[in-house]
Amino acid sequence: MRPSVLKAQPADVLKDASMIKQKEMMANHYNRLTDAKENGHKVASTFVPGNLNELIMCFDLVNNLPEVNAIQSGLRKQSGAYIMEAERAGHSEDVCTYVKSDIGMMMKGNIGPNGKKLPDPDVLLLSYTGCFTFLKWFELLREQYKCPTIFLQTPYMADGKVTPNMVQYMVKQLKEDVIPTLEKVSGVKFDIDRLREYLAKSAKAEDDLVYILQSGKNKPSPIDAYFGGIYYIGPIFGAFRGTDDAIDYYRFLREEVDQRIAKGLGPVTPDGPMGDEKFRLVVEGPPNYTSFRQFWKMFYDEGAVVVASSYTKVGGTYDYGFRHDPDRPLETLAEYCLGVYTNRSLPMRIDMLCDYINEYEADGLLINSIKSCNSFSAGQLLIMREVEKRTGKPAAFIETDLVDPRYFSGANVKNRLESYFQMVEQKRSGRGAAA
Amino acid sequence: MTSPTTAELVALAQDLYEDLSFTSAREWKKADPTRKVIGYLPVYVPRELIHAAGMLPLGILGGGDNLEVIHGDAYYQSYICRIPRSTIELGVSGRLDFVDGMLFPSICDVIRNLSGMWKMLFPETYSKYFDVPQTYKDEIGGTFYINEMREFLSDLEKIAGRKITDEQINASIAVYNQNRRLVNELYELRAAMPWQAPASEAYLIIRAGLVLPVEEHSEMLRQYIDAAKAEKRPIKDNSKVVVTGMFCEQPPLNLIKSLELSGCYVVDDDFMLVSRWLIGDVPTTGDPVYHLSQAFLHHSMSTAAKYEPDQAEKGQFLVRAVRKTGAEGVIFASTSFCDPALLDRPMLQNVLKAADIPFIAFKYAENSGQMQPIREQAGTFVDSIKLWSAA
Repeated sequence: MRPSVLKAQPADVLKDASMIKQKEMMANHYNRLTDAKENGHKVASTFVPGNLNELIMCFDLVNNLPEVNAIQSGLRKQSGAYIMEAERAGHSEDVCTYVKSDIGMMMKGNIGPNGKKLPDPDVLLLSYTGCFTFLKWFELLREQYKCPTIFLQTPYMADGKVTPNMVQYMVKQLKEDVIPTLEKVSGVKFDIDRLREYLAKSAKAEDDLVYILQSGKNKPSPIDAYFGGIYYIGPIFGAFRGTDDAIDYYRFLREEVDQRIAKGLGPVTPDGPMGDEKFRLVVEGPPNYTSFRQFWKMFYDEGAVVVASSYTKVGGTYDYGFRHDPDRPLETLAEYCLGVYTNRSLPMRIDMLCDYINEYEADGLLINSIKSCNSFSAGQLLIMREVEKRTGKPAAFIETDLVDPRYFSGANVKNRLESYFQMVEQKRSGRGAAA
Repeated sequence: MTSPTTAELVALAQDLYEDLSFTSAREWKKADPTRKVIGYLPVYVPRELIHAAGMLPLGILGGGDNLEVIHGDAYYQSYICRIPRSTIELGVSGRLDFVDGMLFPSICDVIRNLSGMWKMLFPETYSKYFDVPQTYKDEIGGTFYINEMREFLSDLEKIAGRKITDEQINASIAVYNQNRRLVNELYELRAAMPWQAPASEAYLIIRAGLVLPVEEHSEMLRQYIDAAKAEKRPIKDNSKVVVTGMFCEQPPLNLIKSLELSGCYVVDDDFMLVSRWLIGDVPTTGDPVYHLSQAFLHHSMSTAAKYEPDQAEKGQFLVRAVRKTGAEGVIFASTSFCDPALLDRPMLQNVLKAADIPFIAFKYAENSGQMQPIREQAGTFVDSIKLWSAA
């Protein structure tokens, strides 16, 4: 029988029940991970974009995501010390702070968010999708853990299309490298029907995820698709895609969202239900995690809600129609990896952001440019100009970092946001006057 | 007719290096209305295919320290390296207006995203992100790469307005084989007698190959090697070092000269890897695309932009370079904000520590102007090598 983790019910709580449920799921996963060796389970480390959770589950491996560990360290205000530890060991101040947080955490004993030691991985599944840093990150981890490393290269969608050569290349890698090595590491024979079963479950949860993300089209939006979105994507981008837990969670979340829509309510913030929706924004780029709540507060205090974001597409662009397809199990995994947001060309990213502004009737675009993430950041100034030009909506640019607290200047960010909201107001009143 | 001296050849190469309007490439194109020019960024593209199409492959290595970046900075945040902004500057200022296509090789996220920016900024110009395999099995990465090259060939055929035959590609491979042999000969000469072929001169001579037709460049290399061997130059009490990390954004020429002035003989480096990416000759008969793929998969240089599947092999290229050239140390010189080089650096340094090879590290940008700190650091490194290796 499947264990139930459902404790919070939408009707029972004043705050966002789905967030509580999501936290419980994540906590359960971390316990599963830290107890893995004790329970005889092997661990595969891998990345969020290009996460092949269904395949990992086929080999009874527990999924460990170093990016998520870094986020957890950021949210818990531990990443700053980890980063400095890595820098003292010779890692450059210029490079990705996820990597340095992960390495610093490793150097400090690899204690997970539940206070227990994270296990050493038995295999590094280097799914190289949309981020060059991944490649070096797992070379760095391989040096430490000395465990098998499987490389899965995802070609970049530079010309805005997936070609047969790309899919064939990935399927061949899956068949001839990834699956045989996972069989060897885990001792479990690959069963394609088991994969199909997980993929079918993924698709079910993906349907609900898309419904939830697209609920931002309502006025007021019942969700915050950036700050709240981080919670929403957690299970499906992490260790739960392909599970019954994910199906339950997204169904639960959908019901919660439906209730808010029916009541004409906005999202629930850390300080309670959000007040009047004054600004509807599309946000490009990852958030800052070290001052996550302070950052979010700068938005909801001003009545700004994020109705769509690109960050919630780094683990899959389901709102553009992609669903995992159990009838084409390996091809669908390839197409999933190819389609993630950061594997899309700059023109595709611009198209997507313009679509969001138009379809979600947003007031403008805000770019949170991350110092240590070139995959996202390189080209964002052109993105900003192009989106402004095409949509006629104002755009703004702020700079922070993922998990390095040294690069979050609250006063500067707040100033810029306040100026931006004034600009949106002026644009609106100008339009009103012209009409 | 007398053969040119090293000074004359270096002066010619320096003129090419400083010419940010690419006059020689423009003139090459102007000489025949059917000629086309295809630009490419570091690290590697199969120039043989472009040559076989009757086109000039033109290496675009940023703007160096002589280009005032006015527009380019508006496209990038302060924490992104300089080569993309100076490349954009070259584009928007019209300096590349004669180029018929641009290739952006798979090297890092910044250059990858620049490929999309180029499509937005210059929609009339052919541009391609040139993806390469990071898996090296013939039936997997090899097949992918062959198909990618065939797609590129098909694009070139459209631009050229004609078919490109295997015979033409094989002939181009032969021309580039000869060029690589000469480049390698120059590296060997420099490693053996660095006072005869200083790094700053070798750099300019090899860099000329990124703008000249390959046949002309091979002639220049031949002349320089002969002249460098013939001239008598004083031997200095310098230490031999290998420089690594400069495979994309190029150092200012003054940086290389500063290393030499501080007491270094640079006997190996990773400048302009395209010139010697493929190791050994590529076969000139049979299926040329297959042979180019084989060379890429199994006989190509190591660099931070490539995945190393074998942990035991990680960084060994650097140890081998030190052993082969008799170098006494390694200088890690990386561009600021260069993800591949800076993420790779700690791993390479661990390999060097295990091999008991001394090293130092610093960062630079293509427009770095202040060389004194670098000179002091490199000078101290050389002094310490001499002190401690003698002890």
